[in-house]
Amino acid sequence: MALRQCAIYGKGGIGKSTTTQNLVAALAEAGKKVMIVGCDPKADSTRLILHAKAQNTIMHLAAEAGSVEDLELEDVLKVGYGDIKCVESGGPEPGVGCAGRGVITAINFLEEEGAYEEDLDFVFYDVLGDVVCGGFAMPIRENKAQEIYIVVSGEMMAMYAANNIAKGIVKYANSGGVRLAGLICNSRNTARVVELIMELASKLGSQMIHFIPRDNEVQRAEIRRMTVIEYNPEAKQADEYRALANKIINNKNLVIPTPITMDELEEVMMSFGILEEEDESIVGKTAAQLAAEQAAAA
Amino acid sequence: MSNLTREETEALIQEVLEVYPEKAQKDRAKHLAVNDQSIEQSKKCITSNRKSLPGVMTIRGCAYAGSKGVVWGPIKDMIHISHGPVGCGQYSRAGRRNYYIGTTGVNAFVTMNFTSDFQEKDIVFGGDKKLAKIIEEIEGLFPLHKGISVQSECPIGLIGDDIEAVSKKGAATINKPVVPVRCEGFRGVSQSLGHHIANDAIRDWVFERDGKDTINKFEPSPYDVSIIGDYNIGGDAWSSRILLEEMGLRVVAQWSGDGTLSELENTPKVKLNLLHCYRSMNYISRHMEEKYGIPYMEYNFFGPTKIEESLRKIAAFFDESIQKKCEEVIAKYRPMVDAVIEKFKPRLTGKRVMLYVGGLRPRHVIGSYEDLGMEVVGTGYEFGHGDDYDRTIKEMGNATLLYDDVTGFEFEEFVKRVKPDLIGSGIKEKYIFQKMGIPFRQMHSWDYSGPYHGYDGFAIFARDMDMTLNNPCWGKLVPPWQKPAAEGEALQKAA
Repeated sequence: MALRQCAIYGKGGIGKSTTTQNLVAALAEAGKKVMIVGCDPKADSTRLILHAKAQNTIMHLAAEAGSVEDLELEDVLKVGYGDIKCVESGGPEPGVGCAGRGVITAINFLEEEGAYEEDLDFVFYDVLGDVVCGGFAMPIRENKAQEIYIVVSGEMMAMYAANNIAKGIVKYANSGGVRLAGLICNSRNTARVVELIMELASKLGSQMIHFIPRDNEVQRAEIRRMTVIEYNPEAKQADEYRALANKIINNKNLVIPTPITMDELEEVMMSFGILEEEDESIVGKTAAQLAAEQAAAA
Repeated sequence: MSNLTREETEALIQEVLEVYPEKAQKDRAKHLAVNDQSIEQSKKCITSNRKSLPGVMTIRGCAYAGSKGVVWGPIKDMIHISHGPVGCGQYSRAGRRNYYIGTTGVNAFVTMNFTSDFQEKDIVFGGDKKLAKIIEEIEGLFPLHKGISVQSECPIGLIGDDIEAVSKKGAATINKPVVPVRCEGFRGVSQSLGHHIANDAIRDWVFERDGKDTINKFEPSPYDVSIIGDYNIGGDAWSSRILLEEMGLRVVAQWSGDGTLSELENTPKVKLNLLHCYRSMNYISRHMEEKYGIPYMEYNFFGPTKIEESLRKIAAFFDESIQKKCEEVIAKYRPMVDAVIEKFKPRLTGKRVMLYVGGLRPRHVIGSYEDLGMEVVGTGYEFGHGDDYDRTIKEMGNATLLYDDVTGFEFEEFVKRVKPDLIGSGIKEKYIFQKMGIPFRQMHSWDYSGPYHGYDGFAIFARDMDMTLNNPCWGKLVPPWQKPAAEGEALQKAA
């Protein structure tokens, strides 16, 4: 089987890292050889696989060694549950330096060192929430991830982010082979969320590949720095991740997305009652003004 | 006047423009003009200080070049850190021939390269800690330095390093000024913005600094002046300073050739700022006028005509004793000047020159050529603004060529048609035109000669122009296809 490179994007805090690690654990359980590349200065993309607080990152090791050229692949590559290979790009603490450059440097290093040449079925890039600069688009540039999965919930901002990510994919889809492979719905227990995300997915020309219900088993596993698959393979939630893994293994639905306009997106949300119709008459009015108007009307 | 008529010059510009695609043609047309002395404002005939078109060969520099290379670099007792990757500092090191007195590495540092030598990890994690360390190390290794400037290269602006905070902290630690300069190369359209940023940094971080070293010890006199915008290339500022001192003025500061931090700090107490390179230091001159009420006066120390004019203008600002001494100075040097002119004018008269240089020279050196009977038939600025061209129109003859941010192609075509006897420009142009068989002088570095300012400088200038123009080598340049047949074959065999 040829190597498939996938990237997971989505709004910050939506559960990308948790979902990715549980998914990857399920893939490993199914006999697939997988590598995770964490592309986030927080470096929390591999902790559930390695049972570690935070893995030593490429950039931190490079800074210690002098330069990235001084590193060997085995210095940065750790192997965890199910023989999953783990790498973190790493980067600066918030407010200094250039985290985007860190991602670029790290991924170039992995390529040059032949990290992808080994016998792998899947590489998963777990990318920082917002694609704020070119560095965080690195995983979807040419010859890198071909399949993008967006983790989304039924919340307004998560859907905005999903649509924006779709726009980013279109930009690179024309020059490279990157495609939107589906939305992964991470439930926040909002009403009619399945229909809503399916509607959004169809607007984007894609699919909702799986709906992951909310289950506290995930948190219980996480406190132990484990995936559900490893912590409690019998749990119902483990089956959900297995189902997602299976769908991804068989996924053929790769598209150039058709991102929608703000107005269209708001319409979708309004039709599901997430967003109320905008009242143009109140825009730019202070509380005092509105009170005065109400008094006048009464 | 130029050998070409106004119509012919206009036709030449049209012809040169024709090869460009329509959009480029439209843009470049605004930067090329035929001089007309009757025009009051240059904006009616020429556009300047605009972004260069991609694809044309521009020879402009960047904001870092304008700040570190021009304004700050020559200040000899400060250490200027090229903050960022190593290349910017190393490839511009000691290239500008800013002469200075001092012991390099002990109390003067102009020709040295100090750099933070950014690596990948500095980009990713930020360079603030490294900068703080460098400031500390400089203090330990070069204790006689008087202060530090941090010259930002491009990445500093991209990754958002807080060099101001590091500088403040560093200044407190070493108890000397540390000046952060935001002259990232990508800012602006040329080195010109770098000059402005550097001027502003002096205003904000030198003039406004608490606990200045010398300002309170300084006893002003009624004849205090400063030389502003003279970078002492080949000793230019020295040959200027001597004239001012001989006429009874006290030169308190040189900005910035052979200059020191204390001189910068003392300048707000002078009576008059004398401004040579208007382009690179008009900003700080205006500021001192507004803030401290110190007037500034533009002057020109190229060639005896302009020198006399300038000396008298400067003297007129002071009392009669200075004016009297001014005339004595002029009289003193006249025999020497006459001898120079007598020797070189017959060898140079009638020769035509094309210039293409930077800050002040495209207009300032015209007078010294004219003093030798030569004529400047084309001139242009790399990074001039409208006010530079305003000042140029009157200096140039009618129907001569003006070219702003000229492209490699345009300059070559103009030269082919105008056929000047001498070209004065930079190192990037030198070998192209020499290979075309045209005598050439570098007018940025004085071709490793100089000084050219002042009376002393004029003698050297005249000698250099003669040496180049009347060099026998030009008559011996025969391209292979014009060589006699037998010789050509012999060459082929040898090859």
